[in-house]
Amino acid sequence: MVSTSHLLILSAVLFSLGIAGVVIRRNAIVVMMCIELMLNAVNVSFVAFARQMGGVDGHLIVFFVMAVAAAEAGVGLALVIALFRHKATVNLDEVNLMKG
Amino acid sequence: MDYTGLIIVAVRCVIMLVFLLSFIPVLIWAERRGAGFIQDRPGPNRADVFGVRLAGLIQPIADVVKLLFKEDVTPRNVFRPFYKIAPAITMTVALVTFVVVPLADVVHVAGRDVSVQVSDLDTGLLYLFAVSSLGVYGIMLAGWSANNKYALMGGLRSSAQMISYEIAMGLAAGVMFLLFGTAQLDDMVRAQGANPLGWGVVSIPGLIAFVMFLVASFAETNRTPFDLPEGESELVAGYHIEYSAFKFAMFFMAEYVNMVVASGLLVTLFFGGYQVPFLPTETIVQHAPLIAKVVFGGAALVLAGLGVFAFTRYRPGKYGDNRDREPLVVGVLLLVLAVGAAGVGFLPGVIPGIPGYEHRTVATLLAAALQIGTFAGKIALFTWLFIWVRWTLPRFRYDQLMRLGWTYLFPIGIFNLVLAGVWVLASSG
Amino acid sequence: MFEQILFYFFAIVAVISAVNVVAGKNPIACAISLIVTLGALAGVFVLQDAHFVATIQVLVYAGAIMVLFVFVIMLLNLGPEDLDKEGRFTRLKGVGVLFAMAGAALLIWNFADYSAAMARIGPGYGGLEQISGKLFTEYIIPFEAISVLLMAAVVGAVVIAKREL
Repeated sequence: MVSTSHLLILSAVLFSLGIAGVVIRRNAIVVMMCIELMLNAVNVSFVAFARQMGGVDGHLIVFFVMAVAAAEAGVGLALVIALFRHKATVNLDEVNLMKG
Repeated sequence: MDYTGLIIVAVRCVIMLVFLLSFIPVLIWAERRGAGFIQDRPGPNRADVFGVRLAGLIQPIADVVKLLFKEDVTPRNVFRPFYKIAPAITMTVALVTFVVVPLADVVHVAGRDVSVQVSDLDTGLLYLFAVSSLGVYGIMLAGWSANNKYALMGGLRSSAQMISYEIAMGLAAGVMFLLFGTAQLDDMVRAQGANPLGWGVVSIPGLIAFVMFLVASFAETNRTPFDLPEGESELVAGYHIEYSAFKFAMFFMAEYVNMVVASGLLVTLFFGGYQVPFLPTETIVQHAPLIAKVVFGGAALVLAGLGVFAFTRYRPGKYGDNRDREPLVVGVLLLVLAVGAAGVGFLPGVIPGIPGYEHRTVATLLAAALQIGTFAGKIALFTWLFIWVRWTLPRFRYDQLMRLGWTYLFPIGIFNLVLAGVWVLASSG
Repeated sequence: MFEQILFYFFAIVAVISAVNVVAGKNPIACAISLIVTLGALAGVFVLQDAHFVATIQVLVYAGAIMVLFVFVIMLLNLGPEDLDKEGRFTRLKGVGVLFAMAGAALLIWNFADYSAAMARIGPGYGGLEQISGKLFTEYIIPFEAISVLLMAAVVGAVVIAKREL
C-alpha cells in the first residue's frame, strides 16, 4: 500500500539531492537543472497531499509551479547565454567581477 | 487477474503495430516509384525474385536486406550511450504516438465492448503532444553524439524547427478540441459521424486548422519543404550522417512511421478518422450479412476479373526470361485473393463452427474491418500527398522556415482559436 | 501489490537518475538523467491518479523545458567539466547534504502521522474536466497572472539574449 509517507520521503530525497547539486556543482546550467529537480520534488509532495485529501487543488498548484518553472528556465538560460558571450565560460567560480 | 483484459490489450498492441509497420514497405516503394513518376523517369524496377520484378515491389525487400547486412561502422569519438540509443528513441516515440488513435469503432468481443485503440486515455490529445515533444530528443542526441559539425548543425536546426511547429500543431488541434468538445480521439471521430458534411474540415475554423496542421506535420516529420535538417545538398545527411546499417534503417523507418502517424492524425482530426463515408457503424452492424455479401462479393468479382485479365496478358517470348511469367504470378495472386474474399463474404453462417454475420461479434468485426480498411485508404491518400509535395516543392531556407512558424502560423493559430470559440458559441445558440 | 512494485520501480529510477544529475560530469548526461527523472516522476503521478499532471509533466517539463536546456548546452558546446576546477570543500558539502537528507527522511518516517485514510475519489479524478472546472472558476486569477508572467518571461528572455539591444 503506497501511503503518503512513501511519497513524502521520495520528495525529501529528491529535494536534498537538488540542494546538494546547487551547493556542489559549478556549472551554471547544471545548477539550474538541480533547481528544476527541487521543483519537481515539491510537485511530488503536492500531488501526494492532493491524493490524500481527495481534491484537485494540489494538481492545479503543480500546474502553476510548472508554468513558473518554465518561465524561470527560459529567463535563466537567456542569462547564461548572455554570460557566456561575455566571459566564454559558465563556471560560476569565474563569474567574480564584483568580488571583494 | 483479468486475463481476458490482458489478452485484449496484447491483441490491440499487435494490431496497431502490424497496421503501422505494414505501411513501411509500401511507402518505400511508393516514394521511389512516385518520385520517378513525378520526375518523368521509371524509378527502381530492377530488383527481382527469381526473375519476377513486379514493377519494383521487391525493391523495399532488397533495401531492407542490404541495410541489415551492411557493416555497422561506429566512429571513434562518438558518445556511445547516446549514439546507440538515439535511433531507438526516434522509432519508439513514432510508434507510441499511435496508441491513442482509434482504428475502428468498438468491437463486441468476449462479451464486452472493446475499443480498437491500444489505450483509452482520458487526456487523449494531450498525450499526443507530450509524446511528440519527446521525439525531438532522438534527433538532438543523434546530432550531438555523432561528434560531427554537420550532424550537430542538423540536429540543432531540426530541434528548433520541431519545437517551433509543435506550437502550430497544438493550436490547430486545440481548435478541434473546441469544435468537438472532447479531448479523446475516439469521441471526436464518433462526433464527426459518417456523413462527410460533419467532418472536421467542413467548417471555417476547421479548414484553417487543417491547413495549419498539414504545414506543421510537414515540419514535424522533417519532410520537404522543411527538410533542411537532412538537407541532402547542404548538410550531407544532417543528423544521421554518422549512422550506417541498421541504425540508419531505424531512422529511415522512423521517418516513414512518423509520416503515417501524422497522416493518421490528420485523418482522425479532420476527415472523420475511420468512418466509412455514408455508412455509420450501426448501419453496418444491423445490415451485416447484406453488406458482407455485397462488399466481399463485389471485391471477389473485381479481383477475379483482374486476375483473368492478367492471364490474358501473358505473352511468351516478350523478354526471354522469367519476366514473361509476371502476368501469371500476378494473375494467380489475384485469383487467390478473389477466392479468399468470396470465402469471407459467404462462408460465415454456412459452415458450422463459424457464426454468421447476424452474430453481434462477427458483425462488429466486419464493421471494424471495413473501418480499418477505410482508415488505411485515407492514410494512403495523405501519405501520397506527403510524397507528392516532397518531390514538387523546393526546400525552405532556415530563416524563412522560422519566420513562417513564428510570425505567420502562430498569429493565425491564435486568431483561429478565437474564431473557433465564436463559432461554437454561435452554433450552439 | 502491483501498484507498490511499480511505485518502488519508478522511485528508485528517479532517485538514481537524480544522483546522476548531481554527480555526472558531462552536462548533456546530466540533462538526459534529469529527463529520465521527470519521466519516472510522471509514472509516480499516474500511480496517484494524477493523469493530467503526468501528461503535463511530460509535455512541459520533459518535452519543452529540457529541450531548451539541451539546446543551450549544445549551442554553447559545453564539454565535461574539469574536476580540478571544482570549488572548495566540495566533498564536505556533499556529505553534509546527504546527512541532512537522511535526517529529513528519518524525521518524516518517525514523526509524521499520515495514518488518516486516503480520501475516496471518483472516476474523473485528476482528469481534464475536473481540473479545468477548477482552473477557470476558482483559480482564474492565478491563471491570468501566469499568462502575464509567461509573456514577461518571453520578452525578458529575448531581450537578455539579444546580441545588440
